Amino acid sequence: MASASMWVPRTKVDWFLTVLRVLALTVVTVGLLAFIAQQIDVDNPFARAVNPDATGLTGPQFRGLVISGFAQGAMYGLIALGYSMVYGVLGFINFAHGEVFMVGAMTGMITSNKLDDAGLWEANFIGSLLFIVAVSMLVCTLTAVIMERVAYRPLRKAPRLIPLITSIGISFFIQNTSVVLLGPTSKAYPDMPDWLTAKRTFLEIEGTKIMVICVAAVAMLGLWLLVERTKTGKAMRAVAEDQEIAGLMGVDVNRTIVKVFAVGGAMAGVAGILWGVLFRSVIHYTGFLPGIKAFSSAVVGGIGSLGGSMAGGLFIGLAESTGPLLILEPLGVSGVSQLRDAVAFAMLIGVLLLKPSGLFGERLSAEDRA
Amino acid sequence: MNGRPLLDIRHLTVEFGGLRALDGVDIQVHEGEIVSVIGPNGAGKTTLFNAITASVEASGEILFEGETLLGLDANQVTSRGVARTFQNVRLFANMTVIENVMVSQHCRTKQGTFGALFYTKAFRQEEAEIRSRAEKILGFFGARLVGFRLDQPAAMLSYANRRRLEIARAMATQPKLLLLDEPVAGMNPVESAELTGLIGRLREEWGFTIVVIEHDMEVVREVSDRVIVLDHGVMIADGDYEEVSSDPRVIEAYLGHGATTK
Amino acid sequence: MTATVLSPVLRRIPGTWRRVLRLGALGAVGQAFISLSGMPVRLDVREIIVPILSLGYVAVLAVPLVLGILLGRRPEHEEFLENPPSRLDLLLGGTVGGLMGGGGLSILALLLANFDLRDPLINWSPQLLEFLSFGRGTAFGFAIWLVIGGGLGLAGGTLRLASSRTQRVIMTMVLTVVGAAILESLVVDLVEGVSLEALVEWMYAPRGGLTLVGTGVLAVVSGLLSFVGQGRIKNIQEKIQAMEGPRQTRVNLMLIAAVGMVLVIMPLLVGKLTNELLANIGLFVLLALGLNIVVGLAGILDLGYVAFFAVGSYSTAVLTAATSPRIAPEFPWFVALIIVIFIAILVGLFIGAPVIRMRGDYLAIVTLGFGEIIRLLFLSDWLSGWFGGSQGITAIDGVDVFGLLTVDGTNPRRVFYLVLFFCAIAIYISWRLERSRLGRAWMAVREDEPVAEAMGINTVNVKLMAFVVGAVLGSFGGAIFVAKVGSVFPTSFLILVSIIILVVVIFGGMGNIFGVIAGAVVLIGVLGGPKQPGLLVEFSEFKLLIYGALLVWMMLARPEGLIPSARRSRELHQEEFLQDAWLRGQIDTDDNCPDEGSGSPAGGV
Repeated sequence: MASASMWVPRTKVDWFLTVLRVLALTVVTVGLLAFIAQQIDVDNPFARAVNPDATGLTGPQFRGLVISGFAQGAMYGLIALGYSMVYGVLGFINFAHGEVFMVGAMTGMITSNKLDDAGLWEANFIGSLLFIVAVSMLVCTLTAVIMERVAYRPLRKAPRLIPLITSIGISFFIQNTSVVLLGPTSKAYPDMPDWLTAKRTFLEIEGTKIMVICVAAVAMLGLWLLVERTKTGKAMRAVAEDQEIAGLMGVDVNRTIVKVFAVGGAMAGVAGILWGVLFRSVIHYTGFLPGIKAFSSAVVGGIGSLGGSMAGGLFIGLAESTGPLLILEPLGVSGVSQLRDAVAFAMLIGVLLLKPSGLFGERLSAEDRA
Repeated sequence: MNGRPLLDIRHLTVEFGGLRALDGVDIQVHEGEIVSVIGPNGAGKTTLFNAITASVEASGEILFEGETLLGLDANQVTSRGVARTFQNVRLFANMTVIENVMVSQHCRTKQGTFGALFYTKAFRQEEAEIRSRAEKILGFFGARLVGFRLDQPAAMLSYANRRRLEIARAMATQPKLLLLDEPVAGMNPVESAELTGLIGRLREEWGFTIVVIEHDMEVVREVSDRVIVLDHGVMIADGDYEEVSSDPRVIEAYLGHGATTK
Repeated sequence: MTATVLSPVLRRIPGTWRRVLRLGALGAVGQAFISLSGMPVRLDVREIIVPILSLGYVAVLAVPLVLGILLGRRPEHEEFLENPPSRLDLLLGGTVGGLMGGGGLSILALLLANFDLRDPLINWSPQLLEFLSFGRGTAFGFAIWLVIGGGLGLAGGTLRLASSRTQRVIMTMVLTVVGAAILESLVVDLVEGVSLEALVEWMYAPRGGLTLVGTGVLAVVSGLLSFVGQGRIKNIQEKIQAMEGPRQTRVNLMLIAAVGMVLVIMPLLVGKLTNELLANIGLFVLLALGLNIVVGLAGILDLGYVAFFAVGSYSTAVLTAATSPRIAPEFPWFVALIIVIFIAILVGLFIGAPVIRMRGDYLAIVTLGFGEIIRLLFLSDWLSGWFGGSQGITAIDGVDVFGLLTVDGTNPRRVFYLVLFFCAIAIYISWRLERSRLGRAWMAVREDEPVAEAMGINTVNVKLMAFVVGAVLGSFGGAIFVAKVGSVFPTSFLILVSIIILVVVIFGGMGNIFGVIAGAVVLIGVLGGPKQPGLLVEFSEFKLLIYGALLVWMMLARPEGLIPSARRSRELHQEEFLQDAWLRGQIDTDDNCPDEGSGSPAGGV
């Protein structure tokens, strides 16, 4: 069942899958071709044949989509790191990680509104932002660590699906905790300062999006330094490779796993604030879709690899923001923006169909690869 | 032996990320033979079984009754008539003894959802056949696996009985070729001697052709018509026990360099 | 984190007391959480015992009691401890634990009185303070919770130290009273149906809740029954178990027939609301049985099960409704059902084929994705020409049964009978398949997929089959749902539905038909479904929270479920199982002298 034999159908199911793969590729290619044709000339016969109502995209529209894609992708990437690290070390999907992200966004909402009430938000925006990032990282770290301690540690030796089911329960629990404690309505962040939301003359990009990309890059760099350059990072990599042997070599496995959750939580905390900055509104199910998309990013990038998560995040972000208009709209699908989430899911399914180990290969311990 | 071999392996190569676990191995097994495969640890013996049963990707050629096995799924290989046991006993531990043997007749039976739902005559007949065949197979091992044991979970069996059940489970797939991976490993001399006798009876009474991986030279000498020696993925000897055991290359493989000169 | 900071301090405290402090602190946090979730205030309207106890107070009183019970437990392997805790220690532990739990509320009362955190926390309200202080001021509230907490902790500890017989009697009494209070509407409805209102008039207060007299009588009667009936039920159980094959089957058949009779007769006696509840329970029993085939028998964690429910609903709607936007063949329901089965099979194959070879956990997420994609497609403008988008399809006719009568939402009793019929089909299908060649193959795949493959089982086909059977049962659910509700909207098919069905299956006991049914009856009946109310209507705001907590707790404490299948619990607790078997002398250890193969296991009991 390795990649080489994937394209050679043997059974009926194989045939079906091959047809599915070819179909998926055809849809993407035809859509893209139609898009290109439309861009060259809206009235050319090929584009008309595929979708008579197509209008094509203007340069600024396209640029806007790409930048939004990058900004959201960077955010997904940060969340994806948490999925990826936990999968790399413990070999299960921490489904509740998306909720940690939601907790971060909620924390940011509460703190920033309090700061706004005190007048600090406008007076010192950068300082306030750093403050809410710090608070959110702290709260998310705590959430993730408590989660590990209460729910996952007792299940370390259980069959792989048991902790997954548990994490679904936790996810449900955290979401509804937010409902009962904070109420079921969506809540807004305070207004961003004008200088940030204004479109910059340079390429006409909104400042918020640039900021989101920069913050994500800094967080990613910090994480990379932690994992590659410190003793803690070395311990994490050792535990990911083989828990038992790492333990024999004197690594405190429990503590390392807690640190993995803590770091993943902190990254989700940063991502939560980025969500707030980008969308300025948060509700209890905010964590669900970004969580799934971030998981898709981790899979696309090759679960277990950090750089892969970030790249996967950007890929999913771009695909989701440009995909509907680039592929579906030229094919004549109406109301494409409603299908953004469906595109993100289709992306996950597509990648797993075409290349189950992700675009950049997985990094897992030997037993998890089986 | 003449005529077409039952199993004809030509230039079989298996690679694990650059490491060649099997390197151009040629093996022929004729119908009715009992062939032992021996060799030091890491020689590629179990990999050979895995390659035949499509558990690993392999290149070269594996012909079974003249048709290739390469590119088939593992279950297709089994339905062609090749069954195996596992070195590290892998029973369905929470299924009962008889269920283990019943479930392995899957590829020889065909009643599907329809029969089960409508409880057709064909379905009942087949279930009865599956059950009686399972009992017959288990009966081959004497009184150990029958009676109240039939309905005990396999995990409750003793080690030796689990090994026996593994063989029973492989027999239930009604193979022509039986691949036994260290069938007596971990057994005491009494048990091991008994099982050695059973391997011979497997051929006489059930008509299986048998390839057996074994470390215990007593057993090898006792059961095998022919012995094949693997070392570092290469076949270094093929002949009867006497020939092979006196082959200098074999002694070297087992005892290391210089052993032959002493 | 606090645990890490405090650990040097904690380590100096003897083990038993560490446990007390830890559980006590947990209890305090739990109490504060429960209070701030709004549960006490919101549930205060539901009376359990008039006028002294409401459901709201039950929610907060339970914690110290449970703490006391937990802390009153004698430590395991007590005989190996240097100085095992005395009874007094355990009682003291229970009291302190309860005190801490109650203390959580005391502190909360103080905080409520002096700070205002209403902004993020919506339940930080004067009403909560009022509730906590019994309307007598903060100081009273502070003191009374310490007293109540300590008292209940002590009571819990005492209960734990009492003889097992006393324990059982008291537990029966408590459960009977609480059960009678929860089942109130059902009981009242039932006695009204047989015109025996007088029987319960003294028991229930006019505006809900047990009366003091009712409580007393129930407690005494149930206590006496459990005191006298001690062990009787067990005896009967053992007797049935000891019967030989055919007789046992006959007893089982009689039991099933009796249950069937009750299910057929009961709807005739109860009113509309209860029938509605029964129909909802039945619908979830049907869905849970379908998911059970996939998750419980074949071991595939399908999180997108709602997809099949949705497909069943929408295809029935399109095929039967005159209002269907694009094509409206207006088939009768039963004809449509046959087509729906085929559609479900196709969708099952279509969703199943791409995911079936994936690792179990990837498969879970991808099926979740499929579930969501299907909903998004039904919702989208793109396909709204077919399925009505967010407007859905409305005014769908009910089921016309041979022109004799129509089953639709206006008559829940008929809906219940329809559901019952399909549940019976689903039970039959599960039961037959489990004991067939296919069922054995599912078992093998669940246990060890590569080996199952090596034993000649086409694992892909076998797993697909499970998917398809599950899909068909799910689509039955959808078809009935449409007939019952008379309309379909994409919002009925949120992922949440999948998760609730999963909780039902896991809570009841994966792989066990009776377990799954019991799970649906208890959970959907008491708490309610995603949109359907249960007996505790007041819980509707909190039921999702409880479902989540329940799922986590089940996985940690009892992954095999309420009524486990014997096999599943063996899988999940293999080591314990083997140890027990070894202690009973059932393990086969004697290799050299083969036993005679008949009779009882060597040294067996």
